[in-house]
Amino acid sequence: MNASTAVRNGWQKVFGAGARSARPMPGDTSHGTILYLEDISVSFDGFKALDALTLYIDAGELRCIIGPNGAGKTTMMDVITGKTRPDAGSAWFGQTTDLLTLSEPQIAEAGIGRKFQKPTVFEQHTVLENLELAVAGNKSIWATLGSALNRTQHERIEEVLETIRLQDRRGMRAGMLSHGQKQWLEIGMLLAQEPQLLLVDEPVAGMTPQEVERTAELLLSLAGKHSVVVVEHDMDFVRSIASKVTVLHEGRVLAEGAIDEVQNDPRVVEVYLGE
Amino acid sequence: MQTSNPAIRLLAGERGTRVFVALLLTVGVAAPIMHLAFPEGSALHLSTYTMTLIGKYMTFALLAIAVDLVWGYCGILSLGHAAFFALGGYAMGMYLMRQIGTRGVYGDPVLPDFMVFLNWQELPWFWYGFDTFWFAALMVVIVPGLLAFTFGWLAFRSRVTGVYLSIITQALTYALMLAFFRNDMGFGGNNGLTDFKDILGASINAPGTRVTLFLASALALGLGYLACRYITLSRAGRVVQAIRDAESRTRFIGYRVESYKLWVFAFSAVLAGIAGALYVPQVGIINPSEFQPINSIEIVIWVAVGGRGTLYGAVAGAVLVNYAKTYFTAAIPELWLYALGTMFVIVTLFLPKGVVGLADRFGPRQPIARTVTA
Repeated sequence: MNASTAVRNGWQKVFGAGARSARPMPGDTSHGTILYLEDISVSFDGFKALDALTLYIDAGELRCIIGPNGAGKTTMMDVITGKTRPDAGSAWFGQTTDLLTLSEPQIAEAGIGRKFQKPTVFEQHTVLENLELAVAGNKSIWATLGSALNRTQHERIEEVLETIRLQDRRGMRAGMLSHGQKQWLEIGMLLAQEPQLLLVDEPVAGMTPQEVERTAELLLSLAGKHSVVVVEHDMDFVRSIASKVTVLHEGRVLAEGAIDEVQNDPRVVEVYLGE
Repeated sequence: MQTSNPAIRLLAGERGTRVFVALLLTVGVAAPIMHLAFPEGSALHLSTYTMTLIGKYMTFALLAIAVDLVWGYCGILSLGHAAFFALGGYAMGMYLMRQIGTRGVYGDPVLPDFMVFLNWQELPWFWYGFDTFWFAALMVVIVPGLLAFTFGWLAFRSRVTGVYLSIITQALTYALMLAFFRNDMGFGGNNGLTDFKDILGASINAPGTRVTLFLASALALGLGYLACRYITLSRAGRVVQAIRDAESRTRFIGYRVESYKLWVFAFSAVLAGIAGALYVPQVGIINPSEFQPINSIEIVIWVAVGGRGTLYGAVAGAVLVNYAKTYFTAAIPELWLYALGTMFVIVTLFLPKGVVGLADRFGPRQPIARTVTA
């Protein structure tokens, strides 16, 4: 980045002016692939969280990522969303967007949404306000200070409320929702952002069987329109949704393929069950 | 009482605001009348002392609102807001100093007394322009705003948050205090600026001027309150509260958190500066002790005692604590700091929502669902 770009970026960060021109390109999926991670390495104090990880996600795909603790699943999400910068490697969103040059809000704007492991909705805000905060649109301070949401945005919110089945909870403070409802609200917030790629971290942890089933339905209904990457431990859940599974181990891809293939892979068995 | 008319929602959307507006109007009208229309000795007469005291409380209330906006709504615990207050005060003080003219002890038409005393031959460049009111008024807004903007730019961009941010705001006000104590800084050293004579051509001690200053404080408080309430009711206000509750989450849904924090912080500093500028002509002095770190902490206590994140709570807290301070420092001065500490501990332990939280608990129920801006 040369000096003048640095100044311009800093200026835009603060004033929001001209942010539209700086709005990152949405992922160009003309080659059928939405996410390219190539030779990504991240180390923390000598510990290699990701070790030359290479992974591709197709447009419209629903992919599950599994792996034992410390395999690098969360670090991978951090790299994609701009929270962690890798030491080496490249990360592209579609053909044209280099994720490593963008900030977290820019990546969100480009069309990558993330759901965290712990449900983090805005507890003091109502369900509706949570979705209003998330809905795609101009998010500069001057826009939010001066204007209300437009009609398309309202329609979008209604649509999402219906998808996550929280229409009758719209006025409720998000902090009062059950655990499962919070998870859905968070997925709804992702949808309201209209992302092309959704990253979902352990969506069913702590859910009742009915909630798990409902969540599987929800995620399946999203695939096709969006690309969805799910990190999950619950193998039954993975089996119920995934067409393709990637197993991470020690920061690299250990195996990739259909769930049955992967589960019978001796290397995977070894990692999960020990020798 | 839910309504879609924005002006009504702004003024009367919640009970606390209605009470605040009603009280401010009552005091704003009654105090000047009681001061001017009733002769001294009458039971209804309000002394200059009391009216000035109320005026001073109102500038503190404006300062408290400023802190509530950054702390109560945005979660930035600033322990340096007294610095912005004092800078606004100094800008006004410099104007008032230059109005003294030849009536100073040394009778120099241009140089304030302390400069003559220091054997300075000419006015330092940063005192230029302060002989005109509009320039000083501009500086009241620009200096604190610009300092907050620069400070915030550096701090928020480096993602300094929480207790670390609080500590550097303390350092900021402390550094300014040390600087302003120095005689060669050119702001009157430890004596500060005082012995004011005129403001806008009127004697600063004339009853009419006193009433005008009082009314200006009431107006500033009212407008400052409404501006903050407008911000907190807007979509931007909900973003700001989202930042307070889950900062990185807000970032991930696409908001430039640093930019929001920066503008809220700078706006709050401007309010603090205006409060300081109204405070100085009413108390008649500004000196570096206003920059003391403890002053900034005291403001936070006002807001905590009143109840943060409500605006009207900040007003209530500022008035209550300062009334207690006025009482204690006159009656039993050695106990004041203990009383202040006790108050803070009690509120922290038993009244997390402050005094207004207590009032809400016993008052008529408010509808829980909030209106949604459509």
